[in-house]
Amino acid sequence: MSSSKPTLETTFCGISCLNPFWLASAPPTNCGEQVMRAFDAGWGGAVWKTIGEPITNVSSRYSSIDWEGRRMMGFNNIELISDRPIEVNLREIAEVKRRYPKHVVIASLMVESKRESWHDIVQRAEDAGADGLELNFGCPHGMSERGMGSAVGQVPEYCEQITGWVKEKARTPVIVKLTPNISDIRIPARAAKRGGADALSAINTINSITGIDLDTFQPNPNVDGKSSHGGYCGPAVKPIALNMVQQIQADAGSVLPLSGIGGIGGWRDVAEFILLGCSTVQVCTAAMHYGYRIVEDMQDGLLNWMSEKGFATLEDFRGLSLPNVREWKQLNLNYQIVARIHEDLCIGCQLCYTACWDGAHQCIHLDRTSPVLDTTRTPAMVEVEAARRISSTPIPKLDTGSARTISAVTPLERIPRVDEHHCVGCNLCSLVCPVENCITMERIDKGISAESWEQRVAKGMVPSGASGVMSTNT
Amino acid sequence: MSERVPFPEQIAATSKVAERFGDLHPPLDRQAAVPEANRCLYCFDAPCTNACPTHIDVPRFIKKIASGNLSGSARTILDANILGASCSRACPVEVLCEGACVMHRYNKQPIQIARLQRFAMDALYDSGAPLPFEPGAETGLSVALVGAGPASLACAAELRRRGIRADLYDARPLPGGLNTYGVAEYKLPLVESLREIEMLAQLGVDFHFETRIDAAGLAELEQKHHAVFLGIGLGAIHKLGVAGERLPGVTNALDLIAGYKSGSLTTVPNRVVVVGAGNTAIDAAIAAVRLGAIDVHIVYRRGPEQMSAFTFEYEHAKNEGVKFLWHVQPTGIRGSRAVEGIELTKLDSTDDGSIVPQEGSEFVLEADLIVLSIGQATHSGFLSEYPGEFGKIQAERGRIVIDRETGQTSNPKFFAGGDCTNGGREVVDAVADGKRAGVSIAAWLEAQHVIV
Ligand SMILES: Cc1cc2nc3c(=O)[nH]c(=O)nc-3n(C[C@H](O)[C@H](O)[C@H](O)COP(=O)(O)O)c2cc1C
Ligand code: SF4
Ligand code: SF4
Ligand code: SF4
Repeated sequence: MSSSKPTLETTFCGISCLNPFWLASAPPTNCGEQVMRAFDAGWGGAVWKTIGEPITNVSSRYSSIDWEGRRMMGFNNIELISDRPIEVNLREIAEVKRRYPKHVVIASLMVESKRESWHDIVQRAEDAGADGLELNFGCPHGMSERGMGSAVGQVPEYCEQITGWVKEKARTPVIVKLTPNISDIRIPARAAKRGGADALSAINTINSITGIDLDTFQPNPNVDGKSSHGGYCGPAVKPIALNMVQQIQADAGSVLPLSGIGGIGGWRDVAEFILLGCSTVQVCTAAMHYGYRIVEDMQDGLLNWMSEKGFATLEDFRGLSLPNVREWKQLNLNYQIVARIHEDLCIGCQLCYTACWDGAHQCIHLDRTSPVLDTTRTPAMVEVEAARRISSTPIPKLDTGSARTISAVTPLERIPRVDEHHCVGCNLCSLVCPVENCITMERIDKGISAESWEQRVAKGMVPSGASGVMSTNT
Repeated sequence: MSERVPFPEQIAATSKVAERFGDLHPPLDRQAAVPEANRCLYCFDAPCTNACPTHIDVPRFIKKIASGNLSGSARTILDANILGASCSRACPVEVLCEGACVMHRYNKQPIQIARLQRFAMDALYDSGAPLPFEPGAETGLSVALVGAGPASLACAAELRRRGIRADLYDARPLPGGLNTYGVAEYKLPLVESLREIEMLAQLGVDFHFETRIDAAGLAELEQKHHAVFLGIGLGAIHKLGVAGERLPGVTNALDLIAGYKSGSLTTVPNRVVVVGAGNTAIDAAIAAVRLGAIDVHIVYRRGPEQMSAFTFEYEHAKNEGVKFLWHVQPTGIRGSRAVEGIELTKLDSTDDGSIVPQEGSEFVLEADLIVLSIGQATHSGFLSEYPGEFGKIQAERGRIVIDRETGQTSNPKFFAGGDCTNGGREVVDAVADGKRAGVSIAAWLEAQHVIV
């Protein structure tokens, strides 16, 4: 680390990459012209829109969830694999590779579950010049009904078997793309590993129905009045994807080089996926939303962050957060925090007050003006009192004497108080508080050493509970 | 009721004037309203609600906009303020709800409560749905309301919802008082005021127009009804008391505003001088600009710090091109057959705080129209003549004295609210007064065990 400029160059299961930013197999990688424009914009790789026997799509095929004014927080599609002929796709792959030899082109493949079909498509994709193969065992809609996509991904035996067929033929690395529509992601991951996969990518889209039109009672997206379950992706799915990534990376039977997918839209997301062990990332919804240009800030932002932290390469921080994700039973039970309100920042919205009363442990109070602490009033009582008090509220600025009602300073009686003895440190108030850093969670030093549930069980302090029940999270 | 022509249809279209008085704040569309509504924090015991004289549950109606429940939103507004549409346009929200929004303390723009309120009210009116309230079961009780301005309208709505008859008497041909005739058109168009009051007619409020109530008439109303509400507003605008005041070309701000709003006044001459610096003076000066005047001055005895107009109204007037002359006193009006100018004397403030004319500083400001806006008289004369049965209605400095919580006057059968009790405030204050009085009248009648 000569602390010169950090680099984004990396290697993924033997494939060298200019940077870890790949476009996921989806509409942004539908044709050669698009992929070349994406490379010009700065993407290091592209997983070609899944190739197979061409299909016919329906219209419409997308729908989305908007959240408080932001569009497409969650995105849903009932699109199938490429609707263009295999030959055309392969010809264009060859053309792209000829013009962009240093960029990564991965062929995403899906054919019927027959050994010959897979051998044939693997051969043709590699002949076209693909740097690697991604097996689409994920599509939750349409293809699964034909015994492909998630119909394969959900059955570990098929997963292992087809990966094996591909490995018999493949000369380039084989990446298995996993479906999240399964109770434990490690089961198909282990199957893929047993089948000989060189790498994994996760996650594909999640089964979903985004919503129903309340006027027509028709679900979205609307296809001639009817709809079908579709694949969910976009910012809304990132937490699910991160969890699955962590599970794969923390499991010896599953772990392989991993390309992280799901809700990635910016450099912060990328950093998080790499901190949980991913080597590259793939992006679909964000590129569909804002176009290829988003990659510029992904590069810029990640490099700046790496310089700040003193990381020269992606390997320097890959997986650093993995040891920090534990099972619940290993967490310290002797650790206590309480909420503290910083009066100078509080704007008096009292959201923390009503949240703690209705959603937590009734230990935030509005009694700053009363000499004797009154902890007996419920929010409903406070509301009634307030309504009485305001029955003839003076008009600020007009009624003399109350000119100061509008001011930058929050009146003391509007600033809530935390009863720290009763606060359980759940965090809710600090999550609802609209003002940054206004409620901080402060550590209470209990003067006793750390101890987990597991340790208590080991000491015989607590019963271990039922054994032999398999938790999906262990 | 079926032959009644709806109020908005009773006015002649004055499109020329309307064109000149486009909205001060354009309405929000859905794409703008929903994110704005989502910006509201949904404060507990919200300061914006406390600051609204009618205590509209602001976060509640705003969250209903965010969720797409527009009719519920409108109902929440109307529940607290039956003139929610007018108020959303005419309220000085900078010093009321929006002024109290906690966002100020976060160095953020306050939530645009007024525009959201208008959004919800417009949606209700555009949907063609009726007022979301039913009149109460008839009790046989009746109340006379004198003046059909905001205070009486709000009072009448409360009474009707409790099954009490409400008979409104007004000297003008249309209801609404200042809402209809006195608020600048770019804030509250006349048709909008009428559209809102039209909904009150559905509650069964009875209107009696072009009926001036004098002392004798009041005595008669007292006989005929179980209670009387006085929403009589203020009287004529004060005179300067200088020579030339009777010349053609001298008018007052209220007549000017009522004139252009009702279409009887469509232009003004080139040079206009407005005397006074309250919010009405500002409205008149801006109206003069928009009606075609080239040179509009506001002259005022004191400085900008002392004027009663809100700062944002002052800024608005300056933006419209109104010029201000401070520390001057009109001493005469010049002209042979019509106004030609106004004589002004500069004023100096002395050490003891009083203001004295500056010797030899007299000058003449040329003008074709002089608009007086120097305060309004009260109806004290009319009240003192009133031969009350239970006792006099007490007044102080011309304002009717009421109990602020109930609106009851010193004569228990009489209630009052609005400008005649507070000396001239905002529409929303009048609505709040009327609402409190309506609730209290019903309670008082019940307590009297008035036999049905
Ligand atoms: C319209 C659309 C079409 C897609 N088609 C494919 C596909 O053909 N093959 C595939 O493996 N994944 C497909 N995906 C899934 C994406 O590659 C990706 O796994 C998923 O969208 C999650 O990433 P994101 O949150 O960045 O969008 C598709 C996604 C979308 C939105
Ligand atoms: S949520 Fe935050 S800003 Fe609001 S009252 Fe509580 S501490 Fe103050
Ligand atoms: S951390 Fe939880 S329990 Fe403590 S004050 Fe906040 S909301 Fe209440
Ligand atoms: S004070 Fe502002 S943020 Fe709070 S409820 Fe009222 S409008 Fe919303």
